Amino acid sequence: MKYVDEYRDPEALRRAAGRVLDGATRPWTLMEVCGGQTHAILESGLDALIAERVTLLHGPGCPVCVTPLETLDRAVSLAGTPGVILCSFGDMLRVPGSRGDLFGARARGGDVRIVYSPLDAVRLAARTPEASVVFLAVGFETTIPSVAAAARWARKQGLTNFFLLASHVRVPPALAAILEAPGCRVDAFLAAGHVCTIMGTSEYEPIARRFRVPIVATGFEPLDILQGIALAVDQLERGEARVEIQYRRAVRPGGNPAARAIVEDVFAIGDRPWRGIGVIPDGGFVMRESWAGFDALRAFPDLLSEIPRESPACRAADVLRGVLRPPECPEFGRGCTPDRPLGAPMVSAEGACAAYFHYRIAGAAGEAGAESIA
Amino acid sequence: MSRAYDPNRLASPICPLPVESDLITLSHGAGAGASARLFEQVLWPHLKNEALGARHDGAVLDAGGARIAFTTDTFVVRPIEFPGGDIGVLAVHGTLNDLAMCGARPIGLSCALILEEGFPLATLGRVVASIAGAARASGVEVVTGDTKVVERGKGDGIFVNTAGVGIVPPGRDLRPARVEPGGIVIVSGPIGCHGAAILSVREGLEFDSDIVSDTAALPDLVESLLDAAPGTRCLRDPTRGGLGAALHEIASAAGVEIEIEELSIPVTEPVRVVCELLGLDPLFLASEGRLVAFVPEAEAERACAALRSHPLGRDAVRVGRVLAGRAGVVVRTRIGARRFLPLPAGDPLPRIC
Repeated sequence: MKYVDEYRDPEALRRAAGRVLDGATRPWTLMEVCGGQTHAILESGLDALIAERVTLLHGPGCPVCVTPLETLDRAVSLAGTPGVILCSFGDMLRVPGSRGDLFGARARGGDVRIVYSPLDAVRLAARTPEASVVFLAVGFETTIPSVAAAARWARKQGLTNFFLLASHVRVPPALAAILEAPGCRVDAFLAAGHVCTIMGTSEYEPIARRFRVPIVATGFEPLDILQGIALAVDQLERGEARVEIQYRRAVRPGGNPAARAIVEDVFAIGDRPWRGIGVIPDGGFVMRESWAGFDALRAFPDLLSEIPRESPACRAADVLRGVLRPPECPEFGRGCTPDRPLGAPMVSAEGACAAYFHYRIAGAAGEAGAESIA
Repeated sequence: MSRAYDPNRLASPICPLPVESDLITLSHGAGAGASARLFEQVLWPHLKNEALGARHDGAVLDAGGARIAFTTDTFVVRPIEFPGGDIGVLAVHGTLNDLAMCGARPIGLSCALILEEGFPLATLGRVVASIAGAARASGVEVVTGDTKVVERGKGDGIFVNTAGVGIVPPGRDLRPARVEPGGIVIVSGPIGCHGAAILSVREGLEFDSDIVSDTAALPDLVESLLDAAPGTRCLRDPTRGGLGAALHEIASAAGVEIEIEELSIPVTEPVRVVCELLGLDPLFLASEGRLVAFVPEAEAERACAALRSHPLGRDAVRVGRVLAGRAGVVVRTRIGARRFLPLPAGDPLPRIC
């Protein structure tokens, strides 16, 4: 398969790992931001190839994981509201809020439907004028253009029964929050290639300068990741701290201007709560006043009697900031498993804790696996 | 009897979040982790017996000297007609294959229909013709049956249940518990075609593809295999839950580690593309005309050759081996690292990004 096979070729991967090891004169600690990258790293086991010189920390880049408990609870509550059809991407259905997940809401009679695009939810709204169709809109900058396009399409058709329960987050403020946190161990970042495909790389320039940290916009295949690591290590060895693009087949410095314009039309930058981290200033997007008619929060203001709180035993904030590696958490694999998660990173397949649990220990609490036999 | 399977051996007794547990969800029917827990926690405690405990695709019973295999399966596929087949073909193949996995030669099938008020007779006619055609092609007949009609809204058009009986020749024992370290794991062809074909026509996800279901009756292929490799320890058809779930079930029933080679898993290019696009793993997509065989090393070559000489096993290939490690499934990745293969909780869900 073109654009896939050449980025997973075992020989190319070994050569790229060799380049990383040759270039590093001392150990470095890098953080990949995107959950897709975390997944690829642990699935391929490529971290073992470079473990001698490079420690990889896994950042807060799983959209499922950082969606706040209150958004999930609102979604569950909406799903149980007569006359409401709640539409969601598939992987949100199994994420527990404080009162269960959307699969449970469906089992209790709620109308919950999996869609593959927000536009499918708009189509459903047009087909079922008697129902209120709410799309649970979560995700990073990668996902938000299609959500904004859905709102615009709904308005164009004159629909008044389509709403967004929106909880979109932005990567750059999260990087700044990680770097500002006491005990930060990150020497360089691999930025998320698809986020940069939409937004470009200019937002990262001030962060690289202010914190003296290299940031490399990196793709998602194993070879992409090793190449991104090599570029970051080269910068660190030379004492540089620039924004660089590894994922050249998709990322332009200016991003995708058409997509950005659509987002800009519907959403403004604003403060956002991140599950496990708390409110990050400018950490996400809020719907503009001119789109208030499509905002589920305004159409259904009384969904929650109180704002739910996270389990105090969960150290997600430390994991998401890279201060704690998942297996170092006292609850990991004991009080906290994917079946019974204490917190967000154990919930989604892309969450750092779940990725470690599935690929490194499944069936063997406390026994780190993934020995390299290369 | 096989060791009881405890999927919750890691879980803490504390349940900090009120995870849904008091109602059936769709995950319970997906053939993966939640299905296994439903069996262990709700069905097994009431029904436990030696034949059921074998965790096989069917039960092998002593019938006055003869050994018969007995199995049943219910089909709720949507849409009921899909590229490469329909619910009728599937219902016949599924039960014939469960018998074949027990090493049995099928002798008769039952068929029970649950129809929803308002279901078109013309569609029913096509489904029944498919049932008859698939049975005839395999040399068996539907010898008993039942029909029930439920009110509109109380069913999904049509549900089909089939049961099957077959004779197990003397000396054959293909229970999962017989899988032993040192064995070789062979798959009879590319996996996941049925699951991908269903996805391609599912409402809301229609996409253009040439993928057709791999649904096929396997008894004949099994006879060829067992003739060539009589030491075969176990057979399984990787239906719901895919090859990944099938390997997990066998690893846990036999208490062995199954190691598969990432690069050797046969997947057709169109199925790979669909999986890449939707963020799915072909290891967990259903096949309805494939089998996975556990054979001793000494018979592995003969087994592969026998499978490849049959039209349904042309692309048979070794995918892994059985080791004495901790019970579970391990993937040796393309760069030689070893990782555990996670068993998903339920149906594969397309990801956000």
